Amino acid sequence: MIAIIDYGMGNVGSIANMLRKIGAEACIARDPETIANADKLVLPGVGAFDSGMEKLDSSGLLPVLRERVQGAKVPILGLCLGMQFFGTGSEEGSRPGLGWIDARSVRFAFDGPQAGLKIPHMGWNHVSVEQPGPLFANMPVDSRFYFVHSYHVVCSDPGLVLTTTTYGYPFVSGVVKGHITGFQFHPEKSHRFGMQVFRNFAAMSV
Amino acid sequence: MIQTRVIPCLLLRNLGLVKTVRFRKPTYVGDPINAVKIFNDKEVDELVFLDITATPERKKPPFELLSKIASQCFMPLSYGGGVRDLDDMTTLFSLGVEKVVLNSIAAEDPGFVRRAADRFGSSSVIVSIDVKKRFFGKPEVVTQGGRRKTGLDPVRFSVQMEEAGAGELFLNSVDRDGTMEGYDLPLIRQVVGAVGVPVVACGGAGSADDLRRAVADGGASAAAAGSLFVFQMPHRAVLINYPPAQVLRDLFRSTESR
Repeated sequence: MIAIIDYGMGNVGSIANMLRKIGAEACIARDPETIANADKLVLPGVGAFDSGMEKLDSSGLLPVLRERVQGAKVPILGLCLGMQFFGTGSEEGSRPGLGWIDARSVRFAFDGPQAGLKIPHMGWNHVSVEQPGPLFANMPVDSRFYFVHSYHVVCSDPGLVLTTTTYGYPFVSGVVKGHITGFQFHPEKSHRFGMQVFRNFAAMSV
Repeated sequence: MIQTRVIPCLLLRNLGLVKTVRFRKPTYVGDPINAVKIFNDKEVDELVFLDITATPERKKPPFELLSKIASQCFMPLSYGGGVRDLDDMTTLFSLGVEKVVLNSIAAEDPGFVRRAADRFGSSSVIVSIDVKKRFFGKPEVVTQGGRRKTGLDPVRFSVQMEEAGAGELFLNSVDRDGTMEGYDLPLIRQVVGAVGVPVVACGGAGSADDLRRAVADGGASAAAAGSLFVFQMPHRAVLINYPPAQVLRDLFRSTESR
């Protein structure tokens, strides 16, 4: 069972719709028990960093989430803001992140010929897969993914970088550390390309 | 680099899909769920649904229908129409809508845009701006489905909405709506030049080249259209259509997307 964590700041409906479409067993989790019993987790997130962390904190789900991810090593997929939470913090706010990955979120900053680029980075873009892994198996050719964000993660350890994407400059659009994976883009809104990523996540052996 | 978005803008009226001309004469064009399934198969970049009677008739957004629509949408989905409070927005996001479009309420209460952006993040809040030319050609923001004049200047209002926290502006020309005579490029240019957030151009697209011009000449970040994607010319027979990704890529190849 894949539990989509609902702490009030994510597009849980979209993710549930797509998991249903691919026939994966999934549920929306608002209580610690459901999270404790899940064998995979999805952490969505839409909105501002601090208010998201605050919601996650006050949801009462953090202790079980930490226990399952850090203790039991349950695979987790963080999406958009959910991925940014995996890091240590963000330029967007003052609250610390979960600290699972040595990464920080910064705002897009353009100069020179790129100065006119719009923020947020909103639309379809490509990703370059920087290291082999199960989540990008059997991808359709010319895959593209939907992005909408103003902040992106930076991490000094290249071993954590799963995918990169170029908007003005190349940035980290996917991170990985063992059973922890995060994407800045929205696979749940990326047609058959995102569907394949979810299929791969659902098929990953626990 | 990012690909320019091309967005079908679909209008709802009494749970059916309609298309208007200059915001009037709604013509029934079919079942929205069926249309979504077709657009999904065609892998559209994004879909915008606007309920054109919700606000004027003081109705809530059609949540049940939107839930069905969202369950078939594997691309970003925006919805506008009848959104009057933050709880409406929470409900829409939980159904699977990505972005909520604010129109009448944004003009009546700019503070609402700020509260929405603070709660849900700017990138989930679109302000749509309907512009109509007055008798002597001066453009003006209108609300309530084009029924109410506000006296507001579109460029000044766009800046105000960006400052209030709108993550995207959906700029619609009432005079061009449904005419398929091309976008109001000077209007698009003026607004794009005044704001830093993405501007989606809507109203008037009659050909693929119009889409290209909205971006290449107007400076829009994305091009939206209604008639172009629901009618087949020359007789306006209903035909849900959308160009393949490769065609769109070639179309915008020479355009530096912003």
